[in-house]
Amino acid sequence: MSLLNLQRDFRDWLVTGEDSAAAALGGGPGTLVYQNNYRTALVSSLAETFQRLVLWLGDEAFEAAAARYIDARPPSSWTLDAYGEDFTDFIATLWPDDPEVAEIALIDWTVGQVFVSPDAEPLAPEALAVADWETAVIRAVPSLLVLPIATNADAIWQALATGETPPGPEMAERGTALLVWRQGLEPVFRRAEAHERDVLAWSAAGQGFAAVCERLAASLGEEAAVTTAGTLLGRWLGERMIAAVG
Amino acid sequence: MSEHLTGFGLGMRRPHYRSYIEGTAPVDFIEVISENFMIPGGKPLDTLMKARRNYPLALHGVSLSIGSADGLRDDYLKELRRLVDMMEPAVVSDHLCWTRIDGFNSHDLLPLPYTEEALDVVCRNIDRAQEALGRRMLLENPSSYIAFPGAMTEWQFLAEMTKRTGCGLLLDVNNIHVSAVNHGFAAADYLAGIPMHAVGQIHLAGHVQGEHLLIDTHDQPVPEEVWALYRAAVALAGPVPTMIERDDNIPELEELCAELDIARGIAADERIAA
Repeated sequence: MSLLNLQRDFRDWLVTGEDSAAAALGGGPGTLVYQNNYRTALVSSLAETFQRLVLWLGDEAFEAAAARYIDARPPSSWTLDAYGEDFTDFIATLWPDDPEVAEIALIDWTVGQVFVSPDAEPLAPEALAVADWETAVIRAVPSLLVLPIATNADAIWQALATGETPPGPEMAERGTALLVWRQGLEPVFRRAEAHERDVLAWSAAGQGFAAVCERLAASLGEEAAVTTAGTLLGRWLGERMIAAVG
Repeated sequence: MSEHLTGFGLGMRRPHYRSYIEGTAPVDFIEVISENFMIPGGKPLDTLMKARRNYPLALHGVSLSIGSADGLRDDYLKELRRLVDMMEPAVVSDHLCWTRIDGFNSHDLLPLPYTEEALDVVCRNIDRAQEALGRRMLLENPSSYIAFPGAMTEWQFLAEMTKRTGCGLLLDVNNIHVSAVNHGFAAADYLAGIPMHAVGQIHLAGHVQGEHLLIDTHDQPVPEEVWALYRAAVALAGPVPTMIERDDNIPELEELCAELDIARGIAADERIAA
């Protein structure tokens, strides 16, 4: 048998667990060791990535969901850390009537991504010196992600993370979103204020501060728009969310 | 400039990060799993960078998949090179195994048949990896639970592989013991067949007895049989940088350092004996 065919047979055994696939490798107890190693490593990796989801679902329900995911999505990435990339969507199909479950998974996943996102020195408030506010663009730190959520998964996640009793699941107001980013080496998140998502999205698209204020003025009026944008910028600088303004 | 690896080290594991960052762990070098640090940024890289200031480093990979019949992945080699350039390790190693085929990644160190075809594939992949990294690699002998029919023994395969590619060997003494018991060969024959001049590092670890086979778990102290084999290995190889791998059921750092003192003692005995 060629090496390529042997490796494909081995893959088939790991993925399917079928006796005929084991027989192609010669069978015996060794095949079972590899089968066990494969599944154990993947379940452990998912449990490490989705720690708050494990707490919310309990070990048994989590492991059952992980087993179904492993059957449906054999790993392709060279890093185990990437294996959970599709797990949130998969979880949503398993708990279609409990949207907080997939959102807890989404927060677990996003916090993990932010934890290892590219480093960037945040702009210190006292270092803010903008020559031309007409053209100046607010640039967030690269770790910043905006997560739309439909439930109070954020409150549940925080309670689980700190060992407190989590609240029961509830729907959130329409348009609720979380801002997730890294302060120094630690991931943090909070709910976005009114207009905050818009200002961040417009800035991320390259619109200057003046243009952002102008768009905001369409719904708030000119004076309130400038005040709102300025207040948000001040808050972001204090929260180490901005890498540059200029 | 990378240092030369010497002396006795440990795998740097999370419960002991503080000691490595502060430089208080009494070891000569540290080893980390490369893939855990092949990331854009954040705390893990920051931790490794701080520890690296205090200790020479060995990067030990688990996903290169040097035995893949369909070759190596460019993105993997690029990320590993980035980490190598950033950390300037003394050693870069991976395993004689395969983990990936056709875009499927098993995340386990799977065994190769020791055939001429596999030797050609492995050597071609080693050449490519060493070129991409701009340096010599060490390849570790695996522990295994299946042995395929082949034209040569594992040690003959390793000897030919080093001859053809110029790569070095990371000799895992526990893996020799585990595979010897599982497949019924003599560990002494294995050691006698290894080109000891190519051995650049030694791993020590523990294992457990499964229902039918020894399982390489890295969750136990180094057992007597492995110490005995280590003594035989250093008698043949001379002074080789040696470390203990403990990946689960991780004890206090002091306990691991006490185990490392046993290795120091054995190596000193054998130097006197020589």
